Amino acid sequence: MIKIEGLSKRFGNVSALAGVDLMIDTKGVVAVLGPNGSGKTTLIKSILGMVIPSAGDIFFQGKSILGNWDYRKSIDYLPQIARFPDNLTIRELFAMIYDIRGKGAIAEDDELISLFGLKPHLDKKLGNLSGGTRQKVNIILAFSYENPLMVLDEPTAGLDPVSLVHLKDLILKRKEMGNTIVVTTHIMSLVEEIADQIVFLLEGKIYYYGTVEDIKKKAGKDDLERAIAEIIMKADA
Amino acid sequence: MLKILKYSFYDLIRSRWSYIYLAFYLILGFVLLFLNNSVSKAVITIMNIVIVLTPLIGTIFGVMYHYNSREFTELLLAQPIRRSSIFIGQYLGVSLSLSFSLIFGLGVPFAFYGIFNSMEIWNFGILLVAGVFLSFIFVALAFIISLRNENKIKGFGYAILAWLFLAVIYDGLFLISLVVFSDYPLDKFALMATLFNPIDLSRILVLLKLDISALLSYTGALFQEFFGTGLGISISLLTLFTWTVVPMWLIKSISARKDF
Repeated sequence: MIKIEGLSKRFGNVSALAGVDLMIDTKGVVAVLGPNGSGKTTLIKSILGMVIPSAGDIFFQGKSILGNWDYRKSIDYLPQIARFPDNLTIRELFAMIYDIRGKGAIAEDDELISLFGLKPHLDKKLGNLSGGTRQKVNIILAFSYENPLMVLDEPTAGLDPVSLVHLKDLILKRKEMGNTIVVTTHIMSLVEEIADQIVFLLEGKIYYYGTVEDIKKKAGKDDLERAIAEIIMKADA
Repeated sequence: MLKILKYSFYDLIRSRWSYIYLAFYLILGFVLLFLNNSVSKAVITIMNIVIVLTPLIGTIFGVMYHYNSREFTELLLAQPIRRSSIFIGQYLGVSLSLSFSLIFGLGVPFAFYGIFNSMEIWNFGILLVAGVFLSFIFVALAFIISLRNENKIKGFGYAILAWLFLAVIYDGLFLISLVVFSDYPLDKFALMATLFNPIDLSRILVLLKLDISALLSYTGALFQEFFGTGLGISISLLTLFTWTVVPMWLIKSISARKDF
């Protein structure tokens, strides 16, 4: 589904990605891991077309994405930070995104809206909502479509335990539907719970790509968190 | 693009600052008409405020809007829509909502005063045209500056400097150069220098229309002498239009190359 060839990105003197080759063709959850500054966000943003590569190419469903925009019809994206226009209501925001994506407006009795208890807030201005409520709006927007690829950037940030459980359920449901879900996160328990495969980035290169079991074996640890820590420490040494 | 424009406009027109800006022009219009008791005089006084204030407000609103909506812009960038549609849509949304406040805020007092039955309507109209052009031009400059600067404080500083330069410093430099080089023929230089400053250009446009030679200043008088009133008005309108289109094109090309 996604094929990345020799992808490099430099920001001034800093090299964020240094020749990444990656092929994600499996269904299920792929976790993109790595220490801070290893290029996780740059990789994801390159796939979404927000970052323009310095070198290399990215193919989505067989076509290069460079200079294209309509391929994003088939991608759902959950950004890390949820900020929306202050003076629009939730209902208007939904209408706007549906307008852009070319589908009808979300129904008031939509499953997702009642799941996250947003029904009483639908006509409130987004500027007056708490950060947690905005994050729920963010999740609903991302999960309203059922596209073959979903990209989640640190999806757990700022969520209460109940919403976190709902989010995990939603991800698992998409997994069962046979979608590909790419997630970046620092929370290893979440990775162990939902991920099928791991892409481990280190200094802009892919250090490891394989299953959760294999990475534990490679590091000689039973626990994923310790396995990852072991890899990072070895690389630093 | 129209979709983005529509929602940016909705968002902005309902913001508190739009109401304040609108209220300011409403009060200004009523008070000046009441004090001057003459449309012509009121138009001149308002012109002096509009040509400085609309660029300032356009600059501040443009920069603030761009930085404030950064995260939402990132969400939009991940949607199936062209980059240029997002930024041009947002740009038009900001410019139109400011122009709306200007037109509505000044329009209501003048309509009450009976502008529609008076011959002065064209003089008033040209003032609004100049104000709208200035809003569009300075919002575009603000967008360009904030697209080029990740750092908000720097971006804000540069934007205010750009306004200060065109509103105040430019005239100062211009006058100094006229004095220093007074031994040389300066007509062409002065004409060119005026074309490169949209604020001066708007002032000349309104004064040419009002046909008040006493207020025209050196460059304005040159303009009138060189082009005549009709052609002078056309040329200043055309130049203001260029001043709007070129920055818009720059927004498009800068945003196409930028990483978010």
